[in-house]
Amino acid sequence: MSTTFTLNGVRKTVDVPDEMPLLWVLRDVLGMTGTKFGCGMAQCGACTVHLDGNAVRTCILPISEVAGKSVTTIEGLGTPEKLHPVQAAWVAENVPQCGYCQSGQIMSASALLAHNAHPTDEDINTAMSGNLCRCGTYSRIRKAIHRAANGGGAK
Amino acid sequence: MSAPSDQVKPGDGSAPATQTPQQVSRRGFLQIGAAVSGGLVVSMWLPDVARGGAALDAEAFKPNAWLRIDRTGATFLCSQAEMGQGVHTSLATILCEELEYDPKRIKVEFAEADRVYDNPVLGVQATGGSTSVKFSYNPLREAGAMAREKLRGAASKALKVVPSSLVAENGTFRHAASGRSVTYEEIAAKAAWLPTPRTPELKKPEQFKYIGQPQGRLDATAKSTGTAGFGIDVKIPDLRIGFIARAPSFGGTVKTLDDAEAKASPGVENVVNLGTGVGVVASTYWHAKTAAEKLKITWNEPKASISSESIRDMWSKEVGAGGGRVAHKVSDAEGSMAGAAKKLNAVYEAPFLAHAPMEPMNCTARVSKDLCEIWGPTQSPGISQVVGMEVTGLPDTKVKVHTTFLGGGFGRRVGDDFVRETVRLAKETGKAVKVVWSREDDIKQGTYRPASYHEIAGGLDGQGNVVAVHHKIATPSILNQVIGGFAKAMLPNWMPLGLKGPMAGAIGGMIGGSGDPTQVEGAADPGYAFPSHKVEVYAHDPGVPLAFWRSVGHSFNAFVMESFIDELAHAAGKDPLEFRRALLKDSPRHKAVMDQVAEKAGWGKPLAKGRFRGVAQHYSFASYAAAVAEVSVEKDEIRVHRIVTGIDCGRVVNPDIVRAQLEGGAIYGLSHALKQKITIDKGGVVQSNFHDYELLRIHEAPVIETVLVQSEADPSGVGEPGVPPIAPAVANAVFAATGKRLRRMPLSLEDADKPKPT
Repeated sequence: MSTTFTLNGVRKTVDVPDEMPLLWVLRDVLGMTGTKFGCGMAQCGACTVHLDGNAVRTCILPISEVAGKSVTTIEGLGTPEKLHPVQAAWVAENVPQCGYCQSGQIMSASALLAHNAHPTDEDINTAMSGNLCRCGTYSRIRKAIHRAANGGGAK
Repeated sequence: MSAPSDQVKPGDGSAPATQTPQQVSRRGFLQIGAAVSGGLVVSMWLPDVARGGAALDAEAFKPNAWLRIDRTGATFLCSQAEMGQGVHTSLATILCEELEYDPKRIKVEFAEADRVYDNPVLGVQATGGSTSVKFSYNPLREAGAMAREKLRGAASKALKVVPSSLVAENGTFRHAASGRSVTYEEIAAKAAWLPTPRTPELKKPEQFKYIGQPQGRLDATAKSTGTAGFGIDVKIPDLRIGFIARAPSFGGTVKTLDDAEAKASPGVENVVNLGTGVGVVASTYWHAKTAAEKLKITWNEPKASISSESIRDMWSKEVGAGGGRVAHKVSDAEGSMAGAAKKLNAVYEAPFLAHAPMEPMNCTARVSKDLCEIWGPTQSPGISQVVGMEVTGLPDTKVKVHTTFLGGGFGRRVGDDFVRETVRLAKETGKAVKVVWSREDDIKQGTYRPASYHEIAGGLDGQGNVVAVHHKIATPSILNQVIGGFAKAMLPNWMPLGLKGPMAGAIGGMIGGSGDPTQVEGAADPGYAFPSHKVEVYAHDPGVPLAFWRSVGHSFNAFVMESFIDELAHAAGKDPLEFRRALLKDSPRHKAVMDQVAEKAGWGKPLAKGRFRGVAQHYSFASYAAAVAEVSVEKDEIRVHRIVTGIDCGRVVNPDIVRAQLEGGAIYGLSHALKQKITIDKGGVVQSNFHDYELLRIHEAPVIETVLVQSEADPSGVGEPGVPPIAPAVANAVFAATGKRLRRMPLSLEDADKPKPT
């Protein structure tokens, strides 16, 4: 029941049941709390990380499915001292309100931009409609994605 | 209602034998009992800001409970919950304006629960009612100015110049003549020992450097990098995770329990029968929840017979029987109605609603025989502290409440249910426990915005002028359910818990007896000059647990009033905007924000094919708001394309945050206008997660444009007032598009019925 994978560029081995979702391995076993729990059934996107570069919901992703793969979490994307361009755009647009969903939003947005450097509004709708925000920051999320696409992280 | 007024009581007499300077001062400040006035606004303990929380410290300058300056910089201790509304940034900006310190570089910490931080509007340390900026504006400016002047004294000694020759600017005093300067950080430790000057003169608005400017949010970086600490992220040594199996219906209690299989489940350490649920404590959430699913529980279910239909039928009968409490009366509405040339009667309904903050409910606690510590995303640290005292029997000095960031609040986190069960589980197990709710429990076992049932009648004269409005509202009282917890937290700390219970009951009875203002808010004070107007309340409580919910009673009363005004306008053959303008002849601020929003929205100008507009205005939380919605309807599907939303909230502290609150308020308003409904069946909630309790998603979000009315008035509410006008603006636009009047939320054209003129 031990699983080995790459987490933010570092090899990790965890000894947990195969069916345990990656979300809880990250949060409760590894203490990586940047990835959030929101619904437990892939409805809200708060738990989004990159698995081999694709945005996935970790609340329903068994750890066994992660074996040998590469996981990037919000902690691996950038830091307060060295923001990823998407994070810089988020700060520039003052996107977060309560902020709880924003790790997931940023992971979805950065995966989108990695695959599509200049997304249209329709592309943004498709890529981001799985991420809920109860505070209603959607218009700023859209602006921040366009800002990051145009290379304008900082204000 | 009289109060224990005019008493000045030094401290609470319960300070420990050994104290830090900060404890001495915090516990030793003067509390002044103020009159308990009628209605919801109850203020028993007003902190003396000039003295409150000042402390002597060898290393740091702590001129009051909100500010600390040491060699590393200035720190603002924020007593108000940061749940997205931007209060850390707004309040820090207010303090920094007079302190003369750039808010961008002040650190913000969460203040612990302490009576010095009581919200003077709510009477306890709590965040709600859109009150934070309103009640903090002057006290925090004064606190900043006092600190600056003490620092000036220290600077004058350090530089050996007269105080008046020093100019304060962004944390530095400069002496122009000599070119010398000294920073606040360098002189902080010395300033603490200087006498406190009289309250200095405050700046004039035209001198403001930071207030009124669009400062960036101080928490934006932390919240964009996963480093902001929410309640669910609390890390303390030897922490365990608790999951609670809850009853399938409201008020359920454990009848029988077989926990053998759950106890044998991997990672499980404790199973505790709490009566209202069964707590499982394990190494991770996943282990705890997996084990809880193996519990075999039967339940006593006292409310199993209620359903949404039974509640609606009961209210309909209650209203039909008449005799409701008269909450508002102008002239003789029934008499005027009898003589009206045209009469309209309508029934409006709104469902129960869950708050569904994105951060699931959670709390962390650790209890030893002489200390109870609580960490959590709470809107009311004051109430949390009392809960800790009640569960553990420890005095307030031994119950520490550490507030975290809140992943959304919206009123849900004012309550004490999630704190009480956590402290109980921690006490029973002797372990540090973080209880985390599933989303299913959040939707099914929460506390709810009450449903409401409305019968409203209006009369017009021959010229289409309103002669009467008669509104009967059936909705249970939130205040009756929650006042006990508030009242206990309002009472002084020295009062034994045994006394607080009965006293709280008495206060609750007095407030409840005069009526719960949240039932009629927005219905009794719409700003319209109705020649006759009557509002009656029918308050039978079916027993669904209730809570304040972003904009509270305004959330349904604005829908009813602003939809019905639209019905009257159409019945009178008048433009809905002009009809409102005429009725707002004595309400210039209502009218001004509505006019500015209507102008930006292009009211009266041609629209794209298939698009239609609706307007609504609504006053709440001392602010004036309005919205115009632009919709299309295709195959019975309502699509909102554009919202123009505006507010007059007095002087604006941070325009970007106010705009963000309007944008978010519009989305929040659209979610309940178009999607949300909690259905009760067999005493429980039918919905369970975001697939059947839906929030608006990004592809459904309209373009949102905001209007801020320039105002010199005192700051007023921002977090909530943007919500109420949204749903009626949409419903009115749907009427413009289809001729169908939607009187039930969430709005659905399958529900459409025609106006019923009699």
